[in-house]
Amino acid sequence: MKNFGAAMVLGTGLLLSVPTAASDDVQRLFDLDSFTLDNGLEVVVIENHTAPIVTHMIWYRVGAADEPPGQSGIAHFLEHMMFKGTTTDPDRDFSEEISRQGGNDNAFTSWDYTAYHQTVAVERLPIVMALEADRMRNLALDPAEVLTERDVIIEERRQRTDSSPSARLGEQMAAARYRNHPYGIPIIGWEHEMETLSIEQLADFYDTWYAPNNAIVVISGDITAEEARPLVEAAYGDIEARPVPERVRPSEPPVDAVTTISLSDPTVNQPQWRRIYRVPSYSSTDSNEPYALQVMAEVLGGTTTSPLYRSLVLEQQLATSAGAFYSGDNRDYGRLFLFASPAPETDLATLEQALDDLVAEFLSEGPDPDDVAAAKRRLTTAATYARDGFFEPARIVGAALSNGESLEAIEEWPLRIAAVTAEETLDVAIGYLRPENGLTGYLLPESVSEIAQ
Amino acid sequence: MSTTASRWAWLIAPLLAAVLLFASVLPARAVEIQRIVSPMGIEAWLVEVDEVPVISMSFGFRGGTTQDEPGHEGTAFLTSYLLDEGAGDRDSQTFQGLLADAAVELRFRAGYDTFTGSMRTTVGNADLAFELLADALNQPRFDQDAIDRMRAALTSEIRRRVANPGWLSTRAYYDLALGDHPYSRSSRGTPATLPTIDRAVLQSFVDRTFAKDNLVIGVAGSIDAETLGQVLDHVFGGLPDQSTLREVPELSLAGAGQTILVEREGPQSTLTMTQHGIERSDPDIYAASVMNYILGGGSFGSRLTDEVRVNRGLTYGISTGLSHLRQADFYGVDSDLSNENVAEAIEVIRQQWRSMAEDGPTQMEVDDAITYLTGSFPLQFSSTENVARILLAMQLYDLGFDYLDLYTNRISSVTREDVARVAGELLDEPALTTVVVGSPDVEALAPDTIIPYDSLVNRELAIN
Repeated sequence: MKNFGAAMVLGTGLLLSVPTAASDDVQRLFDLDSFTLDNGLEVVVIENHTAPIVTHMIWYRVGAADEPPGQSGIAHFLEHMMFKGTTTDPDRDFSEEISRQGGNDNAFTSWDYTAYHQTVAVERLPIVMALEADRMRNLALDPAEVLTERDVIIEERRQRTDSSPSARLGEQMAAARYRNHPYGIPIIGWEHEMETLSIEQLADFYDTWYAPNNAIVVISGDITAEEARPLVEAAYGDIEARPVPERVRPSEPPVDAVTTISLSDPTVNQPQWRRIYRVPSYSSTDSNEPYALQVMAEVLGGTTTSPLYRSLVLEQQLATSAGAFYSGDNRDYGRLFLFASPAPETDLATLEQALDDLVAEFLSEGPDPDDVAAAKRRLTTAATYARDGFFEPARIVGAALSNGESLEAIEEWPLRIAAVTAEETLDVAIGYLRPENGLTGYLLPESVSEIAQ
Repeated sequence: MSTTASRWAWLIAPLLAAVLLFASVLPARAVEIQRIVSPMGIEAWLVEVDEVPVISMSFGFRGGTTQDEPGHEGTAFLTSYLLDEGAGDRDSQTFQGLLADAAVELRFRAGYDTFTGSMRTTVGNADLAFELLADALNQPRFDQDAIDRMRAALTSEIRRRVANPGWLSTRAYYDLALGDHPYSRSSRGTPATLPTIDRAVLQSFVDRTFAKDNLVIGVAGSIDAETLGQVLDHVFGGLPDQSTLREVPELSLAGAGQTILVEREGPQSTLTMTQHGIERSDPDIYAASVMNYILGGGSFGSRLTDEVRVNRGLTYGISTGLSHLRQADFYGVDSDLSNENVAEAIEVIRQQWRSMAEDGPTQMEVDDAITYLTGSFPLQFSSTENVARILLAMQLYDLGFDYLDLYTNRISSVTREDVARVAGELLDEPALTTVVVGSPDVEALAPDTIIPYDSLVNRELAIN
């Protein structure tokens, strides 16, 4: 399949990045219902009656960036162990149990949250929630299983990261990008620390963070809030709230050094160029900047008709792909990505110079107001697609709430995108596309030791 | 739904356009499929979904990369890159600009046996979306600058992919098992063949392949039968009646029992073990599906996941699957694991293969598999895109209009004895062809053939 941005997939997906809009009448993204149990568990219901199905998710407000020093990977390791037995049923395999309900399940860990999800026929929802509630308070960690599963997560690291030069470059860029904040530590963990993770550390992490008052349940599918409420009460209502610590996240110092990271590997046949700028995320600011950044990235490099692609691929023919996107779904910082794949005869230094020239031109001339209007239309129109399904709406809502965004902000995302002005777009471009705010990465064949020949 | 006549003004079709033949209803009120036949006789399967103002269409032509002329490998793939790069009187930038501004998603994909496309649009932009699709299929421009640009993009993708362990593994296996069959050619083409593909070659592929007699269509979303009938004529009515497809020869798999090592640096190896499979149309396919779920298709709870991951911690993932080409069927297992774990994993896999073939499953395993396969089946109907894709697959693979109804019954009626019999007939441990890409212990692996990494990569990237 053709995908002009296929060169790069970095980190987690873009929250709300894809999504869309109606022309004149921009609509709210979702109509959400929510309520909170007495023990502090937040619940959100997203109705969708396309099929008699529900996706049930539970989001814990804890992730890899909350790990104690030296225990990188513990949040994700615990996520794996959550599928093992509980004191109620030590031999249970959670996923097997869900399969016996005719359902699918999985989980994922980010820097900011850990989420568990199941999709089942709607009448099975009570069973699924009972199982989920059981492992919220009764996890049984077996010493032998912990050791075996630690081998599994190390294999997972080797598969996802160590075997992929592109992923290794991404990991090194994150480490260099964050000089003080834990986003510089890989979610999966550094291997030398993963090897030392212990059952006691797992138990501590679980006891510290896995509580109803630190969780959000999102139910997306063929059910109303009114129908869901008694079922949620029955499953989770009698779990007691416990004190949960504040999440302490060191912040980043100012940067005044232009940084580049270069990774060479014999299995790289096609070099890549990428750059990450540190920018606000949706939840890290009350300002309009994240919305302006979303629009700015779309204008600068969201499509094959954007200046980045037009200039580098069509006109100068220095690259076979080029683009930009904004990732605003982390709690403390967002990222703005630029990427390009050089054409065969182009060295990365030439490509980088052309990119820098283009960005400079964008900053001095400002975005074309017609392009801004088109980008906003595109983003708000595409938002309609976010409602076409069960999983994606629940993911969007769960991630945003975990990071502390309000329901209102989620629902009104298209309206706030539509309100972005060309001036705001230029302002964030000038504010953040500064050389010292960017970190540049090169992926190179082993034979190439410098980016220019 | 808010479609109005004016939005479909381009059509001059008679009023009672679409004929609803009959409907198929899944149990548990899941989805209702309508079979639509347009005024010009073009058939599509439709599931109306009014929950969101979105329409998804999937369509496919039988005949994919196997239709590439020898020496012009990559033609179908390059076509899939070029159909949205200008059509009718709109050049690439104009066409792409309209797609982008309306947030219309339009994708084309070249498979071995099929050339498929999918489109998603909001209802508000549907008339433009279908107009663009019609132009892309009926009047692709294949402008020289677009050909050059997409050839460069595809070449760049090939250069990126060749180092991928999965690609290397498939390449090595196809070389051995498929010989010089058309399936064994590089479906994306190579830096040597891509420059030979010019406008005439591309147009010839389109003329031979895009026709009404080998077209199938699935649609889901906020559109009614009558409107869809008119859309079908507008988009597909101008295609020729008859395709002219190259014959794809029958095939039997070679290399049974052999072990190949493709040397590649890195901490892990990619292991695949493959044997002959079972045809989709074989009545035993349901028992085979249950067997596969139990052996390794079902993730947690499957015998291989239990033995290789859960009990031994040798891998993050291992899974088996039945796969099908029009002229060949495969059954195989794959896993990524540390180099030092390869030999042990192979031994466990062989053991499990034999034990399932000899003893079959337990009754409880069969019960659990049936519960999962029937219960999870409707979960696929979760978005208009998924539904349209399923409707397309049902037609491409001749599964039948009543497949959704029959699937549950057929899976449910599989017995332990059926599975044991099919396992005994299908599973052939000595016939497994093993391909390892990585740096495992060579002595323990004892490969019949060792292929240096560079030789595969350089061959693929050679310009000749």
